[in-house]
Amino acid sequence: MSMKKTMSLACGAALATLSAGAHAQISGGVVKIGVLTDLSGTYSDLAGSGAVLATKMAIEDFIAKEKPNFKIEVVTADHQNKADIASNKAREWFEREGVDTATELVTTSTALAVMKVAKEKDRIAIMNGPGSTAITNEQCNDVSVHYAYDTYALANGTAKAVTKQGGKSWFFITADYAFGQALEKDASAVVTANGGKVLGSVRHPFPGSDFSSFLLKAQASGAQVIGLANAGADTTNTIKQAAEFGITPTQTLAGLLMFITDVHALGLKSTQGMYLTEGFYWDLNDETRAWSKRFFGLQKKMPTMVQAGQYSAIYHYLKAVKAAGSDDTKKVMEQMKKTPINDFFAKNGKIRDDGRMVHDMYLMQVKKPSESKYPWDYYTVRQVIPAAEAFQPLSLSRCALVKK
Amino acid sequence: MNSPAQPSALIKTEVLYTGLFVVGLLAPFAVYPTFLMKLFCFALFASAFNLLLGFAGLLSFGHAAFLGTAGYVCGLLVRDSGVSPEVGILAGTASAGLLGWLFGILAIRRTGIYFAMITLALAQMVYFLVLQVPATGGEDGLQGVPRGHLFGVIDLSDNIAMYYLVYAVFSLGFFIIYRTIHSPFGQILKAIRENEPRAVSLGYDVAKFKLLAFVISASLAGLAGATKTLVFQLASLSDVHWHTSGEVVLMTLLGGLGTILGPAVGSATIVTLQNELADKVGSWVTVIMGAIFVACVLAFRRGIVGEIQALIQRAGIR
Amino acid sequence: MEIFGVPTALLGSQLLVGLINGSFYAILSLGLAIIFGLLNIINFAHGAQYMMGAFIAWLALTKFEVNYWVALIAAPLLVGLLGVLLERTMLRKLYKLDHLYGLLLTFGLALIIEGIFRDQFGISGESYEVPEALSGGIHLGFMFLPLYRAWVVVASLTVCFGTWFMIEKTRLGAYLRAGTENPQIVQALGINVPLLITFTYGYGVALAAFAGVLAAPVFQVNPLMGSNLIIVVFAVVVIGGMGSILGSIVTGIGLGLIEGLTKVFYPEASAVVVFVIMVVVLLVRPAGLFGKA
Repeated sequence: MSMKKTMSLACGAALATLSAGAHAQISGGVVKIGVLTDLSGTYSDLAGSGAVLATKMAIEDFIAKEKPNFKIEVVTADHQNKADIASNKAREWFEREGVDTATELVTTSTALAVMKVAKEKDRIAIMNGPGSTAITNEQCNDVSVHYAYDTYALANGTAKAVTKQGGKSWFFITADYAFGQALEKDASAVVTANGGKVLGSVRHPFPGSDFSSFLLKAQASGAQVIGLANAGADTTNTIKQAAEFGITPTQTLAGLLMFITDVHALGLKSTQGMYLTEGFYWDLNDETRAWSKRFFGLQKKMPTMVQAGQYSAIYHYLKAVKAAGSDDTKKVMEQMKKTPINDFFAKNGKIRDDGRMVHDMYLMQVKKPSESKYPWDYYTVRQVIPAAEAFQPLSLSRCALVKK
Repeated sequence: MNSPAQPSALIKTEVLYTGLFVVGLLAPFAVYPTFLMKLFCFALFASAFNLLLGFAGLLSFGHAAFLGTAGYVCGLLVRDSGVSPEVGILAGTASAGLLGWLFGILAIRRTGIYFAMITLALAQMVYFLVLQVPATGGEDGLQGVPRGHLFGVIDLSDNIAMYYLVYAVFSLGFFIIYRTIHSPFGQILKAIRENEPRAVSLGYDVAKFKLLAFVISASLAGLAGATKTLVFQLASLSDVHWHTSGEVVLMTLLGGLGTILGPAVGSATIVTLQNELADKVGSWVTVIMGAIFVACVLAFRRGIVGEIQALIQRAGIR
Repeated sequence: MEIFGVPTALLGSQLLVGLINGSFYAILSLGLAIIFGLLNIINFAHGAQYMMGAFIAWLALTKFEVNYWVALIAAPLLVGLLGVLLERTMLRKLYKLDHLYGLLLTFGLALIIEGIFRDQFGISGESYEVPEALSGGIHLGFMFLPLYRAWVVVASLTVCFGTWFMIEKTRLGAYLRAGTENPQIVQALGINVPLLITFTYGYGVALAAFAGVLAAPVFQVNPLMGSNLIIVVFAVVVIGGMGSILGSIVTGIGLGLIEGLTKVFYPEASAVVVFVIMVVVLLVRPAGLFGKA
């Protein structure tokens, strides 16, 4: 295969002068989209097969509405949340199968690994599931788009709103790994900036199962708000056990990285009253309801922001390919960045130079069981956080692509 | 089996190994090289593991610790200290050897199941340490390790060049294992496996031999891990997780415990299966792996190579 | 009042939490010890069987409206029965071989069971409500103790010591102990040793399922809940040494308490402390605290 590469390099050099026109085409007449996600592990509920479905829906709709003159194919793979599998698979896709873009990429470790391969092979990486702000800061590159959300937006939205509403003293329960610590750091900064105080924090091993002793520490601190700087099963377990130890009525919990699937798994009884930030909610308006009900019909679950974002991202990508008349990475990236995104997922969304897609976020409060009228009726929208405030401003960016 | 080999059998073996070696040299032109590199890294890992289980009778359930530690050490040195890849690989191997020595002095005091559980628990400790130490990148893993230039000259970012390095490393490791097994030291190990009290009564310092076997096996597992880090340009937590320790047991068992080629065949089968199945059956991969495990233990204890050898022997007798 | 700069109230509550976790360790390591005693097999599927217990309770409640108390009896019976089946059809064939094969077989079984549950139920986990009669809690002055947690301690200690009593003081237990020491002689005395072995495996597995049902309302019921826990329990078993039934119970509780203390003074180390203790114990007493060398 590498021989093939050397060959094509040689050919490329020979044809370089002739190929200006030849580039403005779709390689092989086919746009190939790879969905690389967690199909079996911890994140398979919030991304997984739902993200694959969203991708297919986007392609179907795109073909029906835009009538493109190129074929579109999807390949999917399970990266099992392992960076080595992800990078291996992405490499194989780019080198052997002519995949144009690797998408979804839940969990930061796999995303970072694939971004590097994409850069090396000059293909596009579109991320929906992973949360880390490193993707658009220290590790940013010009072939990557971070689409649905990031931890800054979530921590920022939730911490700010809760502090402003009077939750002035905070205590953090933090998963003891890079990601949890970053989440705690981001949220602490927001709390202090808004006149709140951080009384302390405790780091629990990752992954953990019994959080009662950490909760007791948080209780003893007397803080009004307990910030949960962890994710997935760790968060759901902490919340559950907080209710058990009688912590939740007197102290408020704030989940810094939570999804609707977590609320669904825990039930409203243990999550009621919590604040959290989401990039999407199925029950926002007629447009979101229409799409989500279609999704529900096929998946038997309401979409998460990751899955809805996946649809929107794929559609946006395909539109850019059509407009550019090419699947050349540079041209498509340019086109994607200059076109605003307007669909059920985002209004006036925009992809910045650092690869961050900025759009409105929503501060949600989880309903009481008595307020929930129908299945999946979980949130009350407390505040729409405008795109400009929701994400880390470019002035604070640590991305080398951002000119200051 | 291998002891007073007839000359004809010896020649046959030589032909077999030479043939396989040539196939390995040509393989990257027919098969996707990155896949082959992964395969050879695991084949070396499994062969190193087999040295311990198949020839010394010690089941380590914590071999991922050596694979992973060497990977992280090599990756950190190459990425952050800018050493050349060959130095990184050597340093990784040495670190795994040292860790193997530490594990060894604790674990070889017990045998059988206790030995397995102690190595498992020690490896779990390594897992937590890797998770906690900031330098390893925690759950993101150690990413962006450059392949660099071998001896400062050969650019390894070319897949073919990298392949031949991996192949050379594998061949060297395999040769070391082959020599170890056929040395007097290897014979003593087998004697200990068959009947430890007798080995003691013959005056052998059994503990010393076991420890040495453990260190060799750990070092070679480290060699595989360090090389793997260069291939994938990253080291991750799954390299030190106990699932990886379980996987290498499966590879060895499937290929044939205590056979020389078995672990390589087993790892090739498992890596191929994982590659082919991952996209088609989702979480059933785990179930299939488990089922292979159960089938091997219940009905197929000699493994693929062991069964073939038995067939050939039977045919030879008739 | 403070001890080493930690308020005693916090210390007390952490010790109590440690005791609760310790009782899970105790019941799981007890099951492993019983199985090991007679079968000489480390039951790697113990974690998966614990998870099955929790899932059966959850399924019973959500699909068949069978309440917690029934599940507490039914789940161990069902899983125990499955254990009997596994012993009869698979484990039995391995007794003449190296004991390591038992470890490998049960490891494979654990993969199969976990894989199936992952496929069926996803991974986020399901939540199981605390039964009505045990919801709420008591103010102990230094902490709020959820009733259910108190129940966990009482229930598991009762089962642990009940098992210990059965093995040490009853005739059945005497057979069992004798079978562990010398199966040939016991068989010669007209006792059906294979049946005894089957029963023992079933009982050990049932204990795991019992712990699973106890855990269901405390932790999220999820397919990997057992695989995370079982490695710690293995370390507990190595520390205890598996020489005695009582040893496994005491070690389990003791390590729960030590883990609780670690969470007060240096929480980052709480996941490693068990393994550190294991290393120290191995250096001083290679056979474990209660093991016979």
